[in-house]
Amino acid sequence: MKPCYIHSIASISAQETLNSDLFLRNVIEHESNMISAIRPNYKDFISPVASRRMATGVKMGVVTAKTALKEGGITQPDAIITGTGMGCIEDSEKFLNTIINNDEEYLTPTSFIQSTHNTVGAQIALGLECKSYNVTYVHGANSFEFALLDAQLMLHEATANTILVGGVDELGKKFITDYALLHDTQKVPFSEGAHFFTVTSEKQENSYATLQAVSCIQSIAVEEISSRVRDFLKNNNLSASDIDVVVLGNNGDEYDMYYSRLQDSLFKNALQLEYKHLCGEYYTASAFGLWGASKVMRNQIVPDALRINTIKKSQYKTILLYNQYKGEHHSFILLTAC
Amino acid sequence: MSEQGVAITGMGIISSIGNTVEENLNALISSKKGIAPIVNIQTKHKDVIKVGEVLLTNEELAERLGLIKENNYSRTALLGCIAGKEALANAKIRNIKEYRTGLISATSVGGMDMTEKYCNTFGSDIESQKYITSHHAGDSTQKIAKQLGISEFVTTISTACSSATNAIMLGARLIKTGQLDRVVVGGTDCLSKFTINGFKTLMILSDTDCKPFDADRKGLNLGEAAAFIVLESNTVIQEQKKEVLAFIAGYGNANDAYHQTASSANGEGAYLAMQKALQVAGIKPEQVDYINVHGTATPNNDASEGAAIQRVFGESIPDFSSTKAFTGHTLAAAGAIEAVYSILALKHNVIFPNLNFDNPIPEFGMCPVTEVKEKALHYVLSNSFGFGGNCSTLIFSKN
Repeated sequence: MKPCYIHSIASISAQETLNSDLFLRNVIEHESNMISAIRPNYKDFISPVASRRMATGVKMGVVTAKTALKEGGITQPDAIITGTGMGCIEDSEKFLNTIINNDEEYLTPTSFIQSTHNTVGAQIALGLECKSYNVTYVHGANSFEFALLDAQLMLHEATANTILVGGVDELGKKFITDYALLHDTQKVPFSEGAHFFTVTSEKQENSYATLQAVSCIQSIAVEEISSRVRDFLKNNNLSASDIDVVVLGNNGDEYDMYYSRLQDSLFKNALQLEYKHLCGEYYTASAFGLWGASKVMRNQIVPDALRINTIKKSQYKTILLYNQYKGEHHSFILLTAC
Repeated sequence: MSEQGVAITGMGIISSIGNTVEENLNALISSKKGIAPIVNIQTKHKDVIKVGEVLLTNEELAERLGLIKENNYSRTALLGCIAGKEALANAKIRNIKEYRTGLISATSVGGMDMTEKYCNTFGSDIESQKYITSHHAGDSTQKIAKQLGISEFVTTISTACSSATNAIMLGARLIKTGQLDRVVVGGTDCLSKFTINGFKTLMILSDTDCKPFDADRKGLNLGEAAAFIVLESNTVIQEQKKEVLAFIAGYGNANDAYHQTASSANGEGAYLAMQKALQVAGIKPEQVDYINVHGTATPNNDASEGAAIQRVFGESIPDFSSTKAFTGHTLAAAGAIEAVYSILALKHNVIFPNLNFDNPIPEFGMCPVTEVKEKALHYVLSNSFGFGGNCSTLIFSKN
């Protein structure tokens, strides 16, 4: 597929990422195993009437979408593509609890209406009165990457020039505590966040990075990870030594062996970065990784908080992001300098 | 960019009117609907709703798939696996690894059927904890992928009731641009208390058999189903000398951007989706021989869709029918169910009836086909619309 360009970005996360230009200089150290995102003052972005009905994920999504569009100077995107692993879990839980507690009686539709997985994309479209292509991907830890892949495909097909693409997940209340019971080997907290990007078919003056390729693979045996990375790079006419920076999705669980295999071999000489200790783990946490990598590329500055090793590079021109979750939902994203 | 054609070489389906493609076709041509009082789910509303239910239990479905008793498959996954396997067999695919093969599934319910049963015991009952990881929407897709032996390109789309249409559309785009050689596309959704109560609170569930496009329609019947179709590139068709059932000629996706759940009065999103699909197919509206309408039988949908169809087709509206009076509204799966019915219509040159229709909606005067009608079909258009303003259209062609 033809490369495209990351034109503008916005993040709400468990760090101060929406308003701050500091780019992770004053990071928050998380101690609990469940961390909410730092919520903006929603009134600055959404009317109180609309905001009242919106769950956390919808609000975070709408705010980051607006912010990314504003930074990019875009009023109407040609498509809105969203990824979410858990969807609107807050409203799903709310409606489900009422069904159970009220024994299927005295229910109101609001939380049901807002519980469908496409609510974030729909509310963004509604706010913008944007009638263009609108799709939501809900495939676990690949949800955001598939949204990105669809965006690149559309730009390749030349049916769009400017696309709003993002990933959103909210913590919810009870389901996540049950989920956490099963996943207690993870060292980083569970969290939430929203990231929206605009991607364009043509390079703009302030583009962050060139998005060369996105690839999602459902399952890879750990023994094969190095060869699969090599194949991906080869398809893009690169080899491992061309990679200046590798951004990894380590979360401290036993599946980190996928990353360590690469850290110890293929990317021994690359600058290695990680981010989930800052933003926490959730199905679309990898979008925080892309947000960070985009900033590294444009600013040519690497915050210390992201570093795994101290390898020095004179320039950061080629960045590979690799994420997986529990040995499944592997994704590679390749960025090059504009 | 050299474009690949998008051939359909196989299909599989399980719905309230049959557990195979053949059973579904037989029911459609003998006007045998699958709408009845609910059996498998204990709900307070069981006497006031009618549904399109697959009568096999989870245990029976699991046994058909050869799963161990301790499996953690949601009903959504079980239905999806049955339909997916039939689609692969129908396409005569023996070696799944021979070509770059993907799976794109669609669901809105996901693992909610198990979550609603066990969510209060997840913390205490170890036995029920296996369903925690089967809640998220991608899980059913992963299980279908595993059953089909697909391990690379696997994804899930959820745009409410237009989900499967978008899954088919993405598959067609990936084949057309040469990203994949072969892709299994469709959707699956089971009945759940969650959706029954959700639609009940919106007051759009009918207490009788639904009456799509009728002046006195009272709302929809919910249904459960799964369907998948196999798309293959020209290259695969030529190399393997494969029989082609039909082609995907066009597709379109637009957003109504009007309201979270209601459709606009002039059907703007639906209008745009149909226009885009016609444009991709490179055909004029008058070339469409049959429309399998979304036709949920809610007052709002049918009025909005009727308005959109009139805007696209003007005075000469093609033959149309909603098959939801057979199956109920199967939510995220609906687009795939109706894709199978559209392909069957093309293949057998037959239009399936819009059951329970008496009087046209006065503003439009549009009368659907109400009896099985034989007619040479070349292009069939299928609509699917969902909450969130998501509107999608597919056009299937014989050649």
